Amino acid sequence: MLLETVHGAARAAIQGAAPVAVGGAPHPLQGTVAQWMWALPLLPLLGFALNGALAVLGAARIGPGDPSAEGHEAHATPNVGNEREPTGHAGDPEAGHLEGGAAQAGPHRFAAAATVIGPLVLLAAFGLAVAIWAAMVQAAPSTPFIEHYFAWMPVGDLQIDAAFQLDQLSMTLVLVITGVGALIHIFSVGYMRQDPGYPRYFAYLNLFVFFMLVLVLGANLPVTFVGWEGVGLCSYLLIGFWYSDRANADAGKKAFIANRIGDFGFLIAMFLLFANLGTLEYTGLAAAAQGIAPGTAVVTVTCLFLLLGCTGKSAQIPLYVWLPDAMAGPTPVSALIHAATMVTAGVYLVVRTSMLFALAPGASLTVCVIGAVTALFAATIGLKQWDIKKVLAYSTISQLGFMFVAVGAGAYVAGIFHLVTHAFFKALLFLGSGSVIYAMHAAYHETHSHDDAQDMRNMGGLRTKMPVTWVLMWIATLAIAGIPLFAGFFSKDEILGTVFERARGSALSEASWLGIPGGPLLYAVYAICLAAAFLTAIYMTRLMIYTFHGANRTGEREAAHLREAPMVMTGPLIVLGALSAVGGFLNDPAWLPIAPSDLLARWLEPVTGRATAMLAGAPGAPGAAAPTEADPRLAAMLAGIAAAIAVLGIVVAVVRLKPGALRPTRDPQPAVTGIERVLEHKYYVDEAYDRVIIQPTVALSRNVLWRGLDGLIDGIVNLSAHLWRWVGAAGSALQTGEVGAYAWALVVGAVIMLGAVALRT
Amino acid sequence: MVAESLFFSAVLFAVGVIGVLTRRNAIIIFMCVELMLNAVNLSFIAFSRLYGFAGQVFVIFVMTVAAAEAAVGLAIIIAIFRHRQTVNMTAINLLKG
Amino acid sequence: MSLFYQFVFYVFGLVAVVSACIFVTRKSPVAAALWLVNVMFSLSALYILLDAQFIGAIQVLVYAGAIMVVFLFVIMLLNLGQPGQLVDTRGVLPWLGSGGVAIVVLAAVLVRLPRIEAVDALQLPPETLEVATRAAGAVAPVATPLFTTYLLAFEVTSVLLLVAVVGAVVLGRRRGEMMGGGGHGRGELVGADEVLVHGR
Repeated sequence: MLLETVHGAARAAIQGAAPVAVGGAPHPLQGTVAQWMWALPLLPLLGFALNGALAVLGAARIGPGDPSAEGHEAHATPNVGNEREPTGHAGDPEAGHLEGGAAQAGPHRFAAAATVIGPLVLLAAFGLAVAIWAAMVQAAPSTPFIEHYFAWMPVGDLQIDAAFQLDQLSMTLVLVITGVGALIHIFSVGYMRQDPGYPRYFAYLNLFVFFMLVLVLGANLPVTFVGWEGVGLCSYLLIGFWYSDRANADAGKKAFIANRIGDFGFLIAMFLLFANLGTLEYTGLAAAAQGIAPGTAVVTVTCLFLLLGCTGKSAQIPLYVWLPDAMAGPTPVSALIHAATMVTAGVYLVVRTSMLFALAPGASLTVCVIGAVTALFAATIGLKQWDIKKVLAYSTISQLGFMFVAVGAGAYVAGIFHLVTHAFFKALLFLGSGSVIYAMHAAYHETHSHDDAQDMRNMGGLRTKMPVTWVLMWIATLAIAGIPLFAGFFSKDEILGTVFERARGSALSEASWLGIPGGPLLYAVYAICLAAAFLTAIYMTRLMIYTFHGANRTGEREAAHLREAPMVMTGPLIVLGALSAVGGFLNDPAWLPIAPSDLLARWLEPVTGRATAMLAGAPGAPGAAAPTEADPRLAAMLAGIAAAIAVLGIVVAVVRLKPGALRPTRDPQPAVTGIERVLEHKYYVDEAYDRVIIQPTVALSRNVLWRGLDGLIDGIVNLSAHLWRWVGAAGSALQTGEVGAYAWALVVGAVIMLGAVALRT
Repeated sequence: MVAESLFFSAVLFAVGVIGVLTRRNAIIIFMCVELMLNAVNLSFIAFSRLYGFAGQVFVIFVMTVAAAEAAVGLAIIIAIFRHRQTVNMTAINLLKG
Repeated sequence: MSLFYQFVFYVFGLVAVVSACIFVTRKSPVAAALWLVNVMFSLSALYILLDAQFIGAIQVLVYAGAIMVVFLFVIMLLNLGQPGQLVDTRGVLPWLGSGGVAIVVLAAVLVRLPRIEAVDALQLPPETLEVATRAAGAVAPVATPLFTTYLLAFEVTSVLLLVAVVGAVVLGRRRGEMMGGGGHGRGELVGADEVLVHGR
């Protein structure tokens, strides 16, 4: 391994990329525990192999195994089954079947083994990550630590190695993925224990973590792309985990297809990068980027294609539509994949390629605008959703929009910071909602009711039934709303503050976007973000009030069965609650009299420092505004505004919302009109996509491609079939079986050949 | 004399071909094949005057193959005759698919 | 080149061609075989005239002596000489067709033959064969390449002969006959005629 690292360093030197120490001193992480970073993804992979083997073995035997092996309808999800669209399904006859299936199927025969393996590999990976992090803190490397494992695609100029890269950015992500991942794995033990597909579930979950770690550890874009595609695959598998229900399988397909559109952008970006810069290594790109003038068209186009990839993975406009439907998967999956880790991959990628985005202010502004619009758009939809997970889904889209605003404005640290805190509190919210759904479903299961366990109209007053969950969910809500001293406050405030700062004067404010000057645009972005933050506070408070406060609407018989989830589920919640409460001090601002401040910023400085500086100031441009001094008073004032907005939102929600007016879903619902109706139907975006894109495509396929083109092609194929059938008939008629005839044919052929030779001059 | 030999060889070969194409008696067809082989041998011998003894060596090989062929071929003809009581090739069309 | 040599050469050549023509037109296989023997003898003479004395000798021994005798033996064994077995030819059209083809081919050869140029680089000096034959006899110059350069082919040919012997024996057996007098139980070995009839 040492040799290979040296080899890699030598190659980097040849490519002129050479931030790795050449010839002289080895990398500070050389010889430390960081050399074991290959084990980080391999541990979950091992878990995947073992759990997958258990799932396959279980399916092969008769008895309680994977539902797919037994052939009975597999909604057999005894504790969480009814995770579906809130409308139209509650009370349909299928639900009765669902319960019946649940009664037959017990836990998986290998459930105990999977319980041990699944979380254990994650805990081991997390332990290793912590050890590597400690080594990294000690060594404080200024360059990435890269290990080349083997040559993957040595094709001419294209030299791609299977290589991992460890720097402060990937380390942060690794800690989040393995840490939050381990907690969610533990939670899953309680949540999924009764599911017949339990080992398969853990196999997918482990595989997801493997790909996610490959994604963040990859030392070049293709390796990252492998992880990128892999997490997409796992997302698809887990959204459609209860695949025998058509809606779930469709949701999985929708996510997959939406992501493919984004991946197309990613691929094009890679092609462009290789064609123009000749390398796909991150270090090589960083070196090559230094020789490119800012604002070059090629870089802008490349970044826009990268952005397309990121909008797909991170559920931003226009490709966000898959994420709400992805809630069809088990709730811990929503927490891990569709809130904490995978969907942040787009943010990660923008930060990882920040050296390119810094060169393209136009593309960066696009990122900003998309993020801001998405943040507000999703927040408004979140106001009127009834499914508790749908609210959280739109909330996730909205928060991802905030992260995009941050990375677009060149506040890469703020983006990553919000990514981390969001992972804490959004995982907590999802797991908390999972805990609520668990309790609701158990109650409905007891009384054989078919009501929707995820609809907030069926909840209410859960505060007394589930006090632990209630407290923790409130912590998360305050965090996401941005109440001071909770985690979300610091990160969101830093985003807002940076955008304001950039608007006052920076390379970005000098640039323009579609003819709009950057300065006003960024002020607009700031305003939109404030509005989104306000709405965030409202819809989260609404969720809490409808779920936990007021009178209980679950039903009289059911209410007696509502109780707190077991310790294995509340335990992870408590840890996440603590992190949500204090996570903000990872990077508390300088004006706050709490030392040490700006920890994360200093930690990430080697990775993002250069790009941040390029977008913050306007270096070298004559007449550009001088980089704005970070004004502590202004920063404090902006923080005050953000906090006031959050408090205002909560107060408005508390005052305006009337949980008493709600009726359970089994009762007739009051008609909604106007803007509320539009919001409840999510701006009819799905319908619009259906009309504008899907139906024309289907019509084109069906009428032109199928009936027309296909008919033509079929005709040609059939014609050739007829032709050759005729030739075959003629040929078989020649086979008289008489040797004399064959001799004649042979002689005639020979004479022709001879004639050809003889007549050749 | 080489050119004359080649001419005779060609004529003999052509006669052999005519025999194969026109006769129906399996034995005579067989003999025509032997005639063709002999015609080729004549060519070999003629060329060996120009190019050395290799041609004669090849004639030996051709003769050996002809002998082997005669043995097996005649055995086949005997087997056919035993079953069909004829050696008329037009009556034998086992190759018909 | 002496006139006598040329005369003899042409005589034997013409005898061979005429005999061949008579051979293909005979109805009786026995007559045809005898005319073919005549062709073989003429060819043997031509070989000797072309300085291939050894080949001429084995032409007589192998072809005229052995192979043709086998042919005659089979003809008589199967009693193909009797009138019922005298199979007619195919009629006029094949004769005309094949004759036309043959004439065309021969004409092409005649047109082409004068223009064929021997590859000079490979040509031996004139009279080489005569000189070699005079020095080492008729057999040794043929035997030396046969047992050195073409040894592998020679060995393979011997295997071929062995296979032919076995094949001839197998094919010539009557149905159900056993080798070596084992005798009991018919059909343990599938007879050749069965194979030919049933296509197995």
